[in-house]
Amino acid sequence: MSTDLAVQEREDQDVGVGDYQFGFHDPTDKYVFKSRRGLDREIVYQISEMKKEPKWMRDFRINSLETFFQKPMPSWGGDVGEIDFQNIFYYMKAAANLEKSWEDVPDDIRKTYDRLGIPEAEKKYLAGVKAQYESEVIYGSLQEDLAKQGVIFTDTDSALRDHPDLFREYFGKIIPPNDNKFAALNSAVWSGGSFIYVPPGVKIEFPLQAYFRINSENMGQFERTLIIVDEGASAHYVEGCTAPTYSSDSLHSAVVEIIVKRGGRFRYTTIQNWSNNVFNLVTKRAMAYGDSLMEWVDGNLGSKLTMKYPAIYLMEPGARGETLSIAFANNGQHQDAGAKMVHCAPNTSSRVVSKSISKGGGRASYRGLVKVEKGATNCKSNVVCDALILDSKSRSDTYPYIEAEDNQISLEHEASVSKIGEEQLFYLMSRGMTEAEASAMIVTGFIEPLVKELPMEYAVEMNRLIELQMEGSVG
Amino acid sequence: MSAILKISDLRVAVDGKPILKGVNLEIRQGEIHALMGPNGCGKSTLAYVVAGHPKYEITGGAIELDGVNVLELDPCQRARLGIFLAFQYPVTIPGVKVSDFLRHAVSNVRNPDRKEGEGLIPMKDFRKELKDRMSEIDIDSEFARRYLNDGFSGGEKKRMEILQLSLLRPRFAILDETDSGLDSDAVRAVSEGINKLHGPHMGVLIITHHERLLEFNKPSFTHVMLAGKIVETGDASLAHDLHANGYAAVRERHPTEAAEEQAVTVKA
Repeated sequence: MSTDLAVQEREDQDVGVGDYQFGFHDPTDKYVFKSRRGLDREIVYQISEMKKEPKWMRDFRINSLETFFQKPMPSWGGDVGEIDFQNIFYYMKAAANLEKSWEDVPDDIRKTYDRLGIPEAEKKYLAGVKAQYESEVIYGSLQEDLAKQGVIFTDTDSALRDHPDLFREYFGKIIPPNDNKFAALNSAVWSGGSFIYVPPGVKIEFPLQAYFRINSENMGQFERTLIIVDEGASAHYVEGCTAPTYSSDSLHSAVVEIIVKRGGRFRYTTIQNWSNNVFNLVTKRAMAYGDSLMEWVDGNLGSKLTMKYPAIYLMEPGARGETLSIAFANNGQHQDAGAKMVHCAPNTSSRVVSKSISKGGGRASYRGLVKVEKGATNCKSNVVCDALILDSKSRSDTYPYIEAEDNQISLEHEASVSKIGEEQLFYLMSRGMTEAEASAMIVTGFIEPLVKELPMEYAVEMNRLIELQMEGSVG
Repeated sequence: MSAILKISDLRVAVDGKPILKGVNLEIRQGEIHALMGPNGCGKSTLAYVVAGHPKYEITGGAIELDGVNVLELDPCQRARLGIFLAFQYPVTIPGVKVSDFLRHAVSNVRNPDRKEGEGLIPMKDFRKELKDRMSEIDIDSEFARRYLNDGFSGGEKKRMEILQLSLLRPRFAILDETDSGLDSDAVRAVSEGINKLHGPHMGVLIITHHERLLEFNKPSFTHVMLAGKIVETGDASLAHDLHANGYAAVRERHPTEAAEEQAVTVKA
């Protein structure tokens, strides 16, 4: 087996990071392992071997790889044609071990997380933290009392090793590898991600957080997250993502599978702030059982192209699903985001609120599906999409799809598109705001209904990111 | 020493069409001026132009505040210089809380050199001041947490303008039909509010069709505008006369402007 450790690294080009504050990167010469570029069976075997996986997982990967090769590239959504799958590094391990203390994390990596403010946040308001750097989770913690109550919060690789039965019962069941081309790719080369199990009746008050960081150019990050919220349990999981600014592209293609059992509640919050050279192609799906509540709160600020439509399958009566999403598309960005709600049982309800902002030539699209299966009577669904376009160069589209096989249902869809109003700007400026301040205030107000759903610290961060995006925007 | 807002031979067009055709007006701090005139004569245009609305094309003349050329400044700089416009139709800004908006506005206007992102006035002091001002103008303190003008009634919006006036304490305030669309109780509340705020440090230009606002805030000068020009200036009795007898007599005294007014109306 050729383990090409001597990959010719191109000199890191001096790429201006612009206003993106997380565009810095660390040296990669101390990495424990780095696959060669490109994708084939050998690479997949190598990953599986590195991880010392059981045979069933290696077979699962190899079969998924075949599926990936067979499936055509999606012809809808954004332009994925420029992704060069053979130019990507599919696996990189930067640190030898998963650490339980920040002091033990290698210096370079720890400094990165310090700059991102993660250890600080953990002390203040988090119930547990996972930090994934390139392909592997390098740090993990969970409050002791939660562990005592049987809560599992670990990286997905450890879960496969330490909780094999629970893992195998659910893994790949919500999103099978043949679901779509990128789910197949993730299934073949997945590494890292979070595994959460919340036992019946356990309510986790503070958020569990995972932080995903890509460091290398042309890196592919393929984390795999599996979350099981048992009956009557509740939890809130938050993930954040950043990457350095490079001149050529990286790929992030995650798969997130969630099961919320009867009477459970789960909220999954994403603040995605990848640098503008990352393709972000993510499949996220939850199954919500009787009288449970599943919520996606999805903030997409970064990336070159995002295609992400968090789905909720409402499996039993009384299940509720809610997706709140914000997309901000700036110069060179295309956010193709939305939601999928599938009503599989009677008396289920769903709500989608989507807000998008496009600016500086950016493009924001809402793409959503509400599907009602036969016999799913008495369902309610409400979809509201609002788009704000900040200048004439930018673009916004809405693609709502409805498939209803039962007609005793109530479906509502409202969409609005507005340009930032000259009258609003003038009003605020006449009260002493600069044009940039006034624009930022209007945009902040536009997304306020969603931001107020975020935990305080994230709401502050979100508003700060929006302000950064707005700075220097008007001349 | 009191400052002067001086408008000289101001000419303004919209889409190439002249609206103001040589307006002259001088307001000193401490004075109350009334500006009256039939619909479409250019009153609101004058208000917007002084505040700096970008859609108007200045084709001639000047606006100066204590010698500073106001026309070179954007609306934000004008506000920080001490010019305030109470809007006839205040704009709704969804999702922006009244208190956040006001705190930014007050921070900017009181500290004109403030840059974006620099500190705002301390929350504690601001909260207290806001609460006091709100109770003076009889606005429920609950409004501080509402979104700016979102779902407000006509009267609530106008009171919100007066609240801003009281917090920003401009050197010159233009009230553009602040009494329009209000019932008599609301007009009284707004009038009293203005009356309380007015003092030697504030020059006020009240644009109105009605007399009610002027009962509480007696003008030293009343100006009549016709077809984009101020054609007459008098004292409070002129306002009373116009209110009682309409503009027929003014038109008779100024046949040229009346004819221009006619021409514009016919074309429209």
